[in-house]
Amino acid sequence: MKDGWEVVIGLEIHAQLSTETKIFCGCSTHVGDEPNANTCPVCLGLPGALPVLNRRAVELGARAALSLGLRINETSIFSRKNYFYPDLPKGYQISQYDRPFSERGVLEIMTATRDEGGHAREWRPLTVRVTRLHLEEDAGKNVHEGLPETERYSYVDLNRAGTPLAEIVTEPDFRTSWEAYDYVNHVRKALQWVGASDADMEKGNLRCEANVSVRRVGDERFGTKVELKNLNSVRFMQRAIEFEIERQVNTLEAGGRLTQETRLWDDRAGETRVMRSKEEAHDYRYFPEPDLPPLTVSAEFIEGVRRSMPELPDARHRRFMEEYGLTFEDASTLTRELTLADFYERAAKAAANPRGAANWLKGELLRELDAAGVGADASPVSPEELGALVRAIDGGKISGKQGKEVLVEMFSTGKGAADVIEERGLAQVSDAGEIERIIGDVLAANQQQVEHYRAGKEGLFGFFVGQVMKASKGKANPKVVNELLKAKLSE
Amino acid sequence: MKPTYGRVSRYGLVAFGSSLDQVSVFGLTVKDAALVLGAIAGRDPHDATTADVPVPDYAAELNGDIRGARIGVPRALFGEGLDAEVRAGVEAAIEAYRELGAEIVDVELPHAKYCIAVYYIIATAEASSNLARYDGVRYGHRAEESDELRQMYRRTRDEGFGTEVKRRIMLGTYVLSSGYYDAYYLKAQKVRTLIKQDFLSAFERCDAILTPTTPTPAFMLGEKTDDPLAMYLNDIYTCTANLAGIPGISVPCGLSSDGLPIGLQLVGAHWSEATILRLAHAYEQAHPLTARPRIVAAA
Repeated sequence: MKDGWEVVIGLEIHAQLSTETKIFCGCSTHVGDEPNANTCPVCLGLPGALPVLNRRAVELGARAALSLGLRINETSIFSRKNYFYPDLPKGYQISQYDRPFSERGVLEIMTATRDEGGHAREWRPLTVRVTRLHLEEDAGKNVHEGLPETERYSYVDLNRAGTPLAEIVTEPDFRTSWEAYDYVNHVRKALQWVGASDADMEKGNLRCEANVSVRRVGDERFGTKVELKNLNSVRFMQRAIEFEIERQVNTLEAGGRLTQETRLWDDRAGETRVMRSKEEAHDYRYFPEPDLPPLTVSAEFIEGVRRSMPELPDARHRRFMEEYGLTFEDASTLTRELTLADFYERAAKAAANPRGAANWLKGELLRELDAAGVGADASPVSPEELGALVRAIDGGKISGKQGKEVLVEMFSTGKGAADVIEERGLAQVSDAGEIERIIGDVLAANQQQVEHYRAGKEGLFGFFVGQVMKASKGKANPKVVNELLKAKLSE
Repeated sequence: MKPTYGRVSRYGLVAFGSSLDQVSVFGLTVKDAALVLGAIAGRDPHDATTADVPVPDYAAELNGDIRGARIGVPRALFGEGLDAEVRAGVEAAIEAYRELGAEIVDVELPHAKYCIAVYYIIATAEASSNLARYDGVRYGHRAEESDELRQMYRRTRDEGFGTEVKRRIMLGTYVLSSGYYDAYYLKAQKVRTLIKQDFLSAFERCDAILTPTTPTPAFMLGEKTDDPLAMYLNDIYTCTANLAGIPGISVPCGLSSDGLPIGLQLVGAHWSEATILRLAHAYEQAHPLTARPRIVAAA
């Protein structure tokens, strides 16, 4: 950012809610089926068909709203947003306008300053006002390639038409592109965490638009706003905002004027391009959807949704530090996903050693999982077995070094910790009597060395340890061996 | 017989003004209408605006006994524009009801005079949106050989819609437009609420309200196509029931000197179909239509 300038950013996110069926009909929301396979009179917009609200979409919308600190309105109203486009079968989108599903959220997120390479330097909290989250239907898709005569025709696939969306709008509260970046990531994680949305930008089930304007530092008034679209990843969005800041500042410093317009990000060219100006903007002629009664949600319904939701990431992060004594970084890693956090808590309980479980999960198992591209919920090593492994190490049954090998085998074979230890014959001998017997044998067989040692050649201690370990076929607990050997030699 | 809004499913009904549309029954007799209504009424999970209100046996309640029923007459609406023969026919019907034992009471509907304006704002606004789907993309008429999308839309809709439909789409688009919404659509919705309240308070004093069905006998086919306002004014008595969402029924009450039918309309409170059917049936039994109306071609 050039000195003397400030950027003002507001964001709009469209997240597909993870329902089995569409928001106003019973068609499947499954992706990847034959074009127009998942359609019916309602989502095709046939004359006489009427929408009926999917209750599950309301539940997931409520989860999304609560996870972002929004207040759910007891009554909200669906409205028609009217415009013509081939992927919009009715000629209007059923959305919400002046009485949205939820409003007035205050969200505390963490944001970081970044170095040149985009690596986080220092994290700090940022308060974001979330204006609203409302429910609406998605449109279909126009297809322009891969089919016959696409130079003359376009094709329409309405499988996606009617998929439930939550539109999440913020106040213009971001002052850097990285703040916007961290916010979108926060929202993605929150929506995934509560099961409201898969929130995968690459798959298009989370889409993002940014409103960007610049002004001189100290200026109270907002500058001319530009809306950025086609931001297909969080990184694209961040880059598009950076480009736009520079473009706008350069234009103004050169004495030019900005126009209110919509611009598309072209990642290959690394620039934004005009899509349409304000003069070409639609007049959507919103009015209340007469086919749907107002949506009323009771306080009990909201309470029920709240109770059914998992503890939110930030609260869990805090609890992991306080209850289990984890570091900030460890707690962050283990609350990366809901399934991982759940896995950790079960493992911590089974291990009866929360920090030990955290170290083994984070340091060892997670590396295996990430390498295999498997989530914690599909881990071949169950949390209970990870706990059993940690207990075996803590109890001195096997060494930490052996533990790593055992875990690798548990991961590849799916066997339990006890079985692997047994099969490999790894169980350590910690029984003092047994070890004393071995030590006695070893010392008796090496009289000369014992005399040398006792004469001051203490470097021989390692030799005795090695002999004892060898005689025990490596199963003797080294710690116990050390203690007993020391006592024996100083007799 | 136009039922209460939400009484009969609109699923499958091609939409015009969605908040006004209601599937209605034509019958040769009131009893026919009652039987059909009983069959089609009730909640439909495919229409979210239908209500879960029990459906009575309408035909069983047609017992001819209307003694003590209170029929409201809004005299203020019987003024300007009301044809003399229609007035005479309706006045005679009022007398007939008195003779059948009904009590005739005066009622006022102070906002009813705005009903045409309100109706044609709301109906056209909704129609402009409901008819957007006839764009030639998925079904129906599509203009041939368009170079690009917007041209295809324009030609398709220009060719496919008639004059009156286009007029209504334009009117409806206008009243919803940015800058005009508050002055037209929103204002109309507010007045609609006042009209509904007029009826609710009137029904505290009576069981049904009686008016002419139309201010004049039937006009010639095509006669008012060039004068849409005069045509719209013919809805002055009927559109209130649609705006208020209440049930209404029209029954014949004689013929004009030209042999054209004159209708009387009864409207009732929400879900009072049984009441207005009983009232209509009692009149029909006492004054059966003997002469058949004359069918005339356009001039």
